[in-house]
Amino acid sequence: MNDRFCACLFALMLMLPSAALPQGFAGLGTEAEGFALPDPDYRLRFPEDHGPHPAFRIEWWYVTANLTGPDGSDYGIQWTLFRSALKPGEAEGWASPQIWMGHAAATTTEAHYSAERLARGGIGQAGVTAQPFDAWIDDWRMRGQDFDTLRLRAASDDFAYDLSLQAQGPLVLHGRDGHSVKSADGQASHYYSQPAYAVTGTLSLPDGETQVTGTAWLDREWSSQPLSPDQTGWDWFSLGFEDGTRLMAFRLRGGRGDFTSGTWIEANGRATALPDGAIRLQPLERTGPPNRRIPTTWSLVLPERDLDLRIEAMNPDAWMETSFLYWEGPVRISGSHSGKGYLEMTGYGEDDEG
Amino acid sequence: MIGAACLALWSHWRRHKLQLATLLAGLALATGLWSAVQAINGEARASYDRAAAQLGAGQWPELRPRAGADIPLETYVSLRRTGWRLAPVLEGNLRLAGRSVTVMGVGLLTHPALPAVEAAEGGDGLAPVEVLTPPGRLFADPGLAARLEGNTDLPPVLPSDAVPPGTLLTDIAVAERLLDRPGTLSRLLILEPPPPGLPPLSELAPDLDRVAARGSGDIARLTDSFHLNLTAFGLLSFAVGMFIVHGTVGLSFEQRRGMIRSLRAMGLPLGLLARLMLAELALLALLGGGAGLILGYAVAGALLPDVASSLRGLYGAPVEGTLSLRPGWVLSGLGMALAGTGLASARALWRVAHLPLLAAPGMRAWGGSAAAMRAMVAAGVALILAGALATWLPGGLLGGFLLLGGVLTGAALLLPPLLSVILAMGARMARGPLAQWVWADMRAQLPGLSLALMALLLALAANIGVGTMVSSFRLTFTGWLDQRLASELYVAARDDAQGARMATWLGDRADAVLPSRSVERRHNGAPIFVYGIVDDPTYRDNWPLIAESPGVWDALARGEAVLINEQMARRDDLWPGDTVSVLPDWPLRVAGVYSDYGNPTAQAITALPALLERVPNLPNQRFGIRIAPDQVDDLARDLRADFDLPPGALVDQAALKAQSMAVFDKTFLVTGALNVLTLGVAAFAMLTSLLTLWTQRLPQVAPLWAMGLTRARLARLELLRSLALAALTALAALPLGLVLAWALLAVVNVEAFGWRLPMFLFPLDWLRLFALALLAAGLAALWPARRLSRLPPAGLLKVFSNER
Repeated sequence: MNDRFCACLFALMLMLPSAALPQGFAGLGTEAEGFALPDPDYRLRFPEDHGPHPAFRIEWWYVTANLTGPDGSDYGIQWTLFRSALKPGEAEGWASPQIWMGHAAATTTEAHYSAERLARGGIGQAGVTAQPFDAWIDDWRMRGQDFDTLRLRAASDDFAYDLSLQAQGPLVLHGRDGHSVKSADGQASHYYSQPAYAVTGTLSLPDGETQVTGTAWLDREWSSQPLSPDQTGWDWFSLGFEDGTRLMAFRLRGGRGDFTSGTWIEANGRATALPDGAIRLQPLERTGPPNRRIPTTWSLVLPERDLDLRIEAMNPDAWMETSFLYWEGPVRISGSHSGKGYLEMTGYGEDDEG
Repeated sequence: MIGAACLALWSHWRRHKLQLATLLAGLALATGLWSAVQAINGEARASYDRAAAQLGAGQWPELRPRAGADIPLETYVSLRRTGWRLAPVLEGNLRLAGRSVTVMGVGLLTHPALPAVEAAEGGDGLAPVEVLTPPGRLFADPGLAARLEGNTDLPPVLPSDAVPPGTLLTDIAVAERLLDRPGTLSRLLILEPPPPGLPPLSELAPDLDRVAARGSGDIARLTDSFHLNLTAFGLLSFAVGMFIVHGTVGLSFEQRRGMIRSLRAMGLPLGLLARLMLAELALLALLGGGAGLILGYAVAGALLPDVASSLRGLYGAPVEGTLSLRPGWVLSGLGMALAGTGLASARALWRVAHLPLLAAPGMRAWGGSAAAMRAMVAAGVALILAGALATWLPGGLLGGFLLLGGVLTGAALLLPPLLSVILAMGARMARGPLAQWVWADMRAQLPGLSLALMALLLALAANIGVGTMVSSFRLTFTGWLDQRLASELYVAARDDAQGARMATWLGDRADAVLPSRSVERRHNGAPIFVYGIVDDPTYRDNWPLIAESPGVWDALARGEAVLINEQMARRDDLWPGDTVSVLPDWPLRVAGVYSDYGNPTAQAITALPALLERVPNLPNQRFGIRIAPDQVDDLARDLRADFDLPPGALVDQAALKAQSMAVFDKTFLVTGALNVLTLGVAAFAMLTSLLTLWTQRLPQVAPLWAMGLTRARLARLELLRSLALAALTALAALPLGLVLAWALLAVVNVEAFGWRLPMFLFPLDWLRLFALALLAAGLAALWPARRLSRLPPAGLLKVFSNER
């Protein structure tokens, strides 16, 4: 299967309207074609909602972690399992309309490694069960007796990690009870996180194996029509501050102006939704070659919490060389607060293969 | 000087236009047949490569099931989940639109890029949902796509030039449904070497074997023998054509001796003269070779559709019936023409270079000394022995062809000494001066004619050998068809449900209903079809067993034994008494081996109840029906009416036999065509040799005329001599041809196709060929004889004034 085919499939997962992609897909950004739609009155139920929702078009289990080695070096890792439904529902065997994609990455200040796995649903090569929790694609796996204690593994040609995750607080529901609005037109998703895992484990890189510790953030999101037609990409931040508070913030870039949203999370896990316009995000510096010029230094201001941050990519070259090109990497925070976090940016670079 | 020399050399061809035409024709024939064969082979190989590229065959190492089994889907999933990067493939055959179609199902998401799918995504913007979810899509070459149009049982078919003929490329989900093999896979491509630290494959999947990437794949290997066969024919034709070149070039040099002497006497350096003559030959070779290429292209174009259908029929090899021009082919054709001309003229050139300035034309133009004869005998015997040795030493198909080559060339070398001995004996028995002269003159003529006679010998032997093989095969095949197609009527149901209804329906009306139910598996890395049969006298009385153990049918009926086809028996060296597992964990005793012509794959037969225990969902759609011959038509009519059967679903025995014979005859059409062409070329070689000898003959004939023999009588004697030589050669060709036939039947066929055929003799064919040889020789001699009978006496008298 060629890259473009995959790109078609997963443009959607990354919430990108496929302006650069063939016509057949352009319409999918707005129409749900029999898929279930996020319901503002739906109340999330656990552990059921840790499992897949095949009636919705897209869904993901998204882990990022800021890690530190024994010598104080900073690392970042990503582990993502995407589900994309070609049609609503599930079927046995190869006839299943579900497609799974795994992305894994490891980032140092000097290097960035990424890998991808693809699988068809229905045959057992990839999937998720809610209780006991198990999410896997090929030999990559995240599982535990419940959602609070997880073991996370991925391996590729040039990197591997095997990490233990222990939740330090409650689940956080974004938006209104986990119904997170994505545009002024009302596009939305179901969205919750576990933002506070303590992590220990090993990270293997080409120059050897390192013991690491740190924190991880797990995002769960599913939807069917996530973006407005004019929205071309997004910038998404998950930030952890030294005082134990956390911030999730995103900006959807659109022709009719940006749409921002976020969640302020106190150290005890209490969450406050931040409406459109509460957060001001401003790129400060763009780096990279012409076809991959991307903001790697940001200003984030949240006046209601006296937040004025400078956010800098730990490694500006954290491009994910996967079926669909995007940027995902660890960041350092300075300014009114300091800390670490993760940044994802989509809709910037041009794929080398056009 | 150079200009004058060129003019002088050219003047010869201007005066001997026929000779020029003969030379060019010889070159064109030789190059033409050779390059026709090359074009056919090249086209077929290009088709295989194209098919391999289109399906990505052989580019990756693979995991294949060890013992005749499919790979369970669970094995694939568990290997992926341990870290193996694999792409699954499910393959099988399906009968669609009256012919067998290969279905290749791939996991479109993980499979390496396939040109057909890429093009569809690019051009029409084919969406993943269309390809990956039911009903899915089929990719087929435009021809197949057109034939499948309107078939409502199939997913939409997308025509694509990037799919090999006769193949349906599709997603594995569709393939699984079409082939009715849910949850199974045929092989797994290894996309990346497994990560280090994994348990060994023997632990993870003990039933899988790792197979290295192997380039263009099975088809090329499978068809090698077929192409080697064609190449051998091409080479034979080329050799025979080169005899013509040799004859005409020799003649032209003989005739130009005087001119050469004059040119050299006038001061033209020998080196320059030799270079000029070489350039002249090269020019002629290019001209003749060029004409040969045009001829070859036409011949190849005419033969290719039949070759393509032969290859499809024999091996399922995807060959298109159209020819395209390749630069490599043009160059190699011209190269062969140049090299062949050089070789054929080497002796003539050497003689020019060593011609004493004032030497008289030789009485015996071509050397034929006793020493040369002895050398030929030694070389001939050595070649035959080497050929015989080759059947053991390299063995295999190559050994078979070396045997053929050694025996043919060795025998050809032995021919002149043999004829010489016979002629000497004849001379001793001759009474009267004229008879003695005729015998002696024949002997004197022999060296000049020997090459032409060798060509005739080879052509005749090839004709006898190949003819015997084809006729033996045909006879065996006809007998085998009678045994194999014992049922009076064959019917195919639309699906299993209809099949079951049909079996019940037939139960009351037919003498016996013989279901044909089979499953395709893999055995030793190759496909095998396992059939289950019911115990019925039809099989016991008719089945063509070539080897069996006592009580074969009883053991088979009890489900304790298996019958295998000859191909499988020879390939895996399995014979009655051996044990084989045609399905995993089901060892069965081989009770018999049956002949199974025209089938490239392994086949096994076992008791249906026993097979159903292991493979419960065998398709049940094809039946043989035993019924009194006079009721066939009625039953067929009722069947059609009650089950609403399409025309192709019901075939009676006679029609099936006719179809099978048609396929058979088509397979050997090319062989027959090449046979006739070779014989034609040999006759032509004889004519040119006789013409060559013509001028040298005059001084020998003139004294006899002067002594009182009439020109007419001399001409008759000339004709008689040619016929006698041709007859002797044809007699010698008979045993040679039979040896050739034996080698083809017992060595080459076994290696190439996996079956050995009994040899039948066809004396009538030999008589016909003998007459044909005499006719060819007679026609070739007629012209020189006519010239002799009409030669003005002055011409004969001149011999005495000029030459003596």
